[in-house]
Amino acid sequence: MQEAGLIQLSSKGLYCAEGDFFIDPWYPAGKAIITHGHSDHARIGQSAYLAHPTTCSVMKHRLGEVNTQALNYEQELMINGVGVTLFPAGHIPGSAQVRIRKGKETWVVSGDYKCHADGLSEPYVPVTCNHFISECTFGLPVFHWQPQGEVLASINQWWQQNAVQGLQSVIFAYALGKAQRILNGLDPSIGKIFGHGAVIAMNQTLHAAGVNLAACQAINQASKEDLKGAIIIAPPAASGTPWLNKFEPYRTAFASGWMAMRGSRRWQAADRGFVLSDHADWKELNHAVESSGAENIYLTHGYKAAFAKYLQSKGKRAFELDTLFEGESLNHSSEKELEANV
Amino acid sequence: MSNWVTLFEAIEASNKTSDKVKALLAFFEIAEEEDKLWLIAIFTGRKPKKPITATEMRQWSAEAAGVEQWLFEECYSVVGDVSETIALLLQTKSSNQPINYSLSQLMHELIRIGKLPVAEKKEVLQNLWLSLDKGSCFLFNKMMTGGFRIGVSQQLLVQALATHLKVTVPQIAHRIMGNWSPLTHQFQELLLNPNSNADASKPYPFYLAYPLEINPEELGDVTQWQIEYKWDGIRCQLIKRNNQVYLWSRGEELISDNFPDLIAAAMVLPNGTVLDGELMAWEHNAALPFALLQKRITRHKPSKKMIADCPCAILIYDLLECNGIDFRTQELYIRRSKLAELIGNELPLLHLSPTLHLKDWTDVAKARLESRNLRAEGLMLKSAQSPYQSGRKRGDWWKWKVDPYQIDAVLVYAQKGHGRRANFYTDYTFAVWHQQKLVTFTKAYSGLTDKEIEMVDQFVKKNTLEKFGPVRTVKPELVFEIGFEGIQESARHKSGVALRFPRILKWRTDKKVEDANTLDELKRLL
Repeated sequence: MQEAGLIQLSSKGLYCAEGDFFIDPWYPAGKAIITHGHSDHARIGQSAYLAHPTTCSVMKHRLGEVNTQALNYEQELMINGVGVTLFPAGHIPGSAQVRIRKGKETWVVSGDYKCHADGLSEPYVPVTCNHFISECTFGLPVFHWQPQGEVLASINQWWQQNAVQGLQSVIFAYALGKAQRILNGLDPSIGKIFGHGAVIAMNQTLHAAGVNLAACQAINQASKEDLKGAIIIAPPAASGTPWLNKFEPYRTAFASGWMAMRGSRRWQAADRGFVLSDHADWKELNHAVESSGAENIYLTHGYKAAFAKYLQSKGKRAFELDTLFEGESLNHSSEKELEANV
Repeated sequence: MSNWVTLFEAIEASNKTSDKVKALLAFFEIAEEEDKLWLIAIFTGRKPKKPITATEMRQWSAEAAGVEQWLFEECYSVVGDVSETIALLLQTKSSNQPINYSLSQLMHELIRIGKLPVAEKKEVLQNLWLSLDKGSCFLFNKMMTGGFRIGVSQQLLVQALATHLKVTVPQIAHRIMGNWSPLTHQFQELLLNPNSNADASKPYPFYLAYPLEINPEELGDVTQWQIEYKWDGIRCQLIKRNNQVYLWSRGEELISDNFPDLIAAAMVLPNGTVLDGELMAWEHNAALPFALLQKRITRHKPSKKMIADCPCAILIYDLLECNGIDFRTQELYIRRSKLAELIGNELPLLHLSPTLHLKDWTDVAKARLESRNLRAEGLMLKSAQSPYQSGRKRGDWWKWKVDPYQIDAVLVYAQKGHGRRANFYTDYTFAVWHQQKLVTFTKAYSGLTDKEIEMVDQFVKKNTLEKFGPVRTVKPELVFEIGFEGIQESARHKSGVALRFPRILKWRTDKKVEDANTLDELKRLL
């Protein structure tokens, strides 16, 4: 990273010395701007949190009573003479790219993002800058997302087929973001829709923050009769646990960008894998880099070595950064620890 | 979408055997006979010859996808499967109106491409790739390259065919064996009218045993069991019909050309004889190391010197056909006495595999432990009344193998796996102590649960010392118990030893690096 730039990578995370704040720090660090509510970005132990109002609500739900300050999209806040503005990242409700500028120097920290609208999150907007710090969870050309409508239609079709055969459907998706995206895409004429406790609690939080959500009942209120042909949305950590026994007979599905690969589908040991990601695919990543107009690209997590090399081959100045962000995870053992507090 | 693509997607979409059989039946109901025959051919390893090399496949597909070769290789290392990498890379390039080839059409295309001159091959193949949708592109590539493992065992296929044709499972299993191809055979004659294709070389399905899971005492009277050595060679079937001899391996490969010495020796057998046995490197009534057999098995038409250096023989277990009559339903003791009559002790290179006459199970257990001295890997226990069944069945035959050798070793290198394990560090290299240093001696790929794999993967990612291409050197901290079936001196390995069938038996979380074994302790097992 450039010497004496507005943003530096410290051992605790991305740091702006002039403004004296961190962005998504992974250890207790001080004042923090948070891009979104996922647990590898919004971590416990900061003295103050600045984020979009929806993210503030999510943090209060996940982290307890923390000191938050809300900032709406596209309103510049001056911190120690540094201008801070949040722009929609399209990742999950409340997710933001953080623009930081002073003088002629403009930085954008993407957090996690996707460029296509999902009907739930505030749609991504490109932000021009000199320095673009981007994720690249799916930074290889094998990743190409089908239009969301097609994926949701195949989820509904799968649910319908199961219901006809007298089977319950259990779909695993992150409790924050993916679960609601699927919920809003389900066809309620097929059957009843239930949520795992973690999903229901998150729905309430988001609903209170003003996010529009379709109806979803708590699973613990379901009778045996209610469950017939129903679909249950559950966090990935619930897969392979005895919690599922009460849904017998059932089929399982997993919704994630990783499901684009047969190897990962087989690893999950779910009956079906739907390719649905809240991250940018290859084309979107390239689009974002291009439309930022940045001279310098820094890559934080994902296939950053390959993506950096590719950008360099296209004549860009691209660098890898060593961060502790995880993006969309395939490995549930680490996720289980994080979800345990929810 | 073509019916065969629908079939494969249905097979992929479920983990349940019943769903897979249902999908196969649905395909058999609607498919043309030639397509059905090709499907059986593909599932039983009878694919057309690979039309291009692996390198050509990678280069030409990268070119068609418009990505540089290094990026293709990056993608491949993540996806873990060349066929799938190609399908994923081409998905945004391929035609909006993909062509729905039938299975036989596509197979004929594949054969045609194989015969084209190289320059033309490339263009035709690239165009074909781009005319396919993602699903068919993947499957086509799978059929073009070697391995085609796609969640359907041969047994499952046989089951579905038997239901579809209303013929018994063993009959179907037998009919689809041997020398046939969709280019030379018709569906009807192969599966429904087998006499019209009387194929002198056709073997019977092998009868395979499960490992013994109970205390042998529970098997009852020891005299009701035929006890043999479990030889560590290559299971084979020797056929003499119409004055011709055929030798088949268990993998359904005709290996007659590799063993002209054995073929010549078998000419003395009467016509209409089929024997089940073990192909061994063998001399002066004793087994030789497996490595010698390995040399022979890879060599078509071996030289006289090769035959002299690596002498082989067959240890005969069983008689499946006698005087042209299917003998498999006879009880084992009858088959055995007939076999003894036939082979006697006279024939060179064809030996009756000895049976052990022991007074009780204690003696059997002792014989099992001593079997390793003869280069056997334990004992076979066969009920004297058993018929010769087909496939792996419980009850009548058991294999009672000796326990593997064991050694505690330290994980030092890790590499990502393939296919299902492409995203995890699952290919490990292990080391033992030698003069205060860790010396690598083996790789092992299997033996851990998914949960353990995830944990080791996390460890590897957090404790990487160095990266050499895809290989990571990890902090020596984790100790594993490694099991293996055999050990030989080897000049090719740094440690000086080579193991047979190494695998992880257990993650020894109770042991520290210092507790791992030494190279001297390992060599004591030689």
